[in-house]
Amino acid sequence: MNLDLTPDELAFQAEVRAWLTANVPAEPLPSMDTAEGWALHQEWEAKLAAERYSVVSWPREVGGREASLVEWVIFEEEYYRAGAPGRVSQNGIFLLAPIIFDHGTPEQQARFLPSMATGEKIWAQAWSEPEAGSDLASLRSTATRDEARGGWVLNGQKTWSSRATYAHWGFGLFRSDPDSAKHAGLTYFLFPLDADGITVRPIAQLDGEAGFAEIFFDDVFVGDADVLGAPGDGWRVAMSTAGNERGLSLRSPGRFCAAADRLVELWKERGSEHPEAWAGVVDAWIGAQAYRLFTWGTVTRLADGGEMGAAGSINKVFWSELDIALHETGLDLLGADAELLDTPWMDGYVFALSGPIYAGTNEIQRNIIAERILGLPREPTGAQKVAQK
Amino acid sequence: MKFELTDEQVGFASALTALMRSGDSVAVARAWASGDTAPGLALWSRLADQGVTALVAPEDEGGLGGTLVDLAVAFEVLGHELAVGPWIESAALAPQVEGQLVTAAVPGISRYAADAQVARLLSGTPGATHASIDTTRTLTLVEGAAGCDSAAVDRAVLACAAELLGAGERVLADSVAYVKQRKQFGREIGSYQAIKHQLADVRIALDFARPLVFGAALGEVPVSAAKVYVSDAAYLAARTGLQVHGAIGYTAEFDLSLWLNRIRALVTAWGTPAYHRGRVLTHLTSTALVD
Repeated sequence: MNLDLTPDELAFQAEVRAWLTANVPAEPLPSMDTAEGWALHQEWEAKLAAERYSVVSWPREVGGREASLVEWVIFEEEYYRAGAPGRVSQNGIFLLAPIIFDHGTPEQQARFLPSMATGEKIWAQAWSEPEAGSDLASLRSTATRDEARGGWVLNGQKTWSSRATYAHWGFGLFRSDPDSAKHAGLTYFLFPLDADGITVRPIAQLDGEAGFAEIFFDDVFVGDADVLGAPGDGWRVAMSTAGNERGLSLRSPGRFCAAADRLVELWKERGSEHPEAWAGVVDAWIGAQAYRLFTWGTVTRLADGGEMGAAGSINKVFWSELDIALHETGLDLLGADAELLDTPWMDGYVFALSGPIYAGTNEIQRNIIAERILGLPREPTGAQKVAQK
Repeated sequence: MKFELTDEQVGFASALTALMRSGDSVAVARAWASGDTAPGLALWSRLADQGVTALVAPEDEGGLGGTLVDLAVAFEVLGHELAVGPWIESAALAPQVEGQLVTAAVPGISRYAADAQVARLLSGTPGATHASIDTTRTLTLVEGAAGCDSAAVDRAVLACAAELLGAGERVLADSVAYVKQRKQFGREIGSYQAIKHQLADVRIALDFARPLVFGAALGEVPVSAAKVYVSDAAYLAARTGLQVHGAIGYTAEFDLSLWLNRIRALVTAWGTPAYHRGRVLTHLTSTALVD
């Protein structure tokens, strides 16, 4: 058992650190959920991509460096330590790209991955519907076959689509077999958000910014070339990203270690004014270290050929609650300054509040942990309960 | 970078577990609690023969020269199988190459020595004896105890943390087994979300406690960080385990109580969580964290 890095890994770490030190903007960029901030974040993505830092773990021919899992974690640690901008292309890179690699045709891989890597095309996810949240498989948006044109016609409504306000393309599930129920008969579609029949309506989030949106589909035509995986196989295809979103990919330990270190720095500056916050500082730092070490265990397991599986749910509950606790402690240390808008601590706190909700609520995650890891019996469905009575 | 136990360490843990189960460690613990230490001392000898007390003693002093990871592996098993006797003192604080039982009160941490009725007191004068909430532990007041070097105390804290991890895992496993068979309102209580979510939280807490224990063994984090977090996690396991068992869990007769009381005792033994949080804070404020 050891946590030592190889000479090559240490060299990679030094290279990344030097580049970030020289290139990370001195002042934080404006929020990516404003028109001005969006453009600047896209520029930053292009700058990263020019050095193959936007998607380090991808193959070289689509813009990556073929970095190992260990190198990916190192990159993320350095990225957050440097205080580099949030990744506007994150949803495409972490949620969609793994599916395109696994299920996309060579044509789709060539068409979509390079522009995702450069940040030229930003992707938004379209999972939830007004009546399908935690029970995602109950979704009602439809895809109707159009043989004459060689494709499908989409109708319905998606909601809580992060980044959809300014994004270029969307991805999501539609019911392509009208006689199907739940997980069967769903198809995975890719669609440009400026297609005829699509209306995007921004939704202001807690802090007033349009970080997500509703998407309305009114007879939107999508050609067969933009179906991901086989028609009707959408649920299985989509679930191969659910583990990514919940698990290792979306939330690297670097993010929390950097935030915890900043919290300790804040404690050194303001702790004498708010000494009562001391235990919160300690617990946040310990939590971030637990997450860092846990991740190295996960990396070891994955490198040995293991799979993330239901363990991603353990990860997700932990980091989402750690993120909130860490920022709450930061706000405590700010005292009366805490409620000021547009401070890094308040921005981070508001963002953290969404963590226990998105990517499968923490209640759904706890069900998964209880049933698939602890092996507890499944909760009877509503229909089964009625039948029992 | 390989953050997992070696096959050899996994095998060592399995061998210790098998040895303790074949020796009926729970019956041994109950006998020990009622004053019959003979079966416990016999089991002690068998574990000592496996090298537990000599594990981290240097090879040139007749020890096995093992690592702190090896020590944590052993203590997780001792916690899981409810070992009795002054193991933390005799295998971690002051490793005994000949397998003797020793105990100590450590100034600044505790004025009591555990199990002094069967062990040699390393320093000071024994005084009055008190019962612990953990009936397998007897506490003796010690006057004039000498200080211990900080590396020795850190080893003891790490061993205590690993023992708590094992005890917490045991309570979770027994609680999961119980809620799968106990039925109320016509179905297993483990099918209710109110039960599931509590046990899921214990699984999460223990899964993040484990890397801190082994990370501390590697020197990646202070042992105090591991003690704080694993104390919270094991205590959550104990509270939740008691709650999902209901009244049967509240009885002395049911074996769960042995682990609940062990956890309660070890949460404050070898430094309370508040004491160790203070040590972590000192570490943080005296270290440059941001390059």
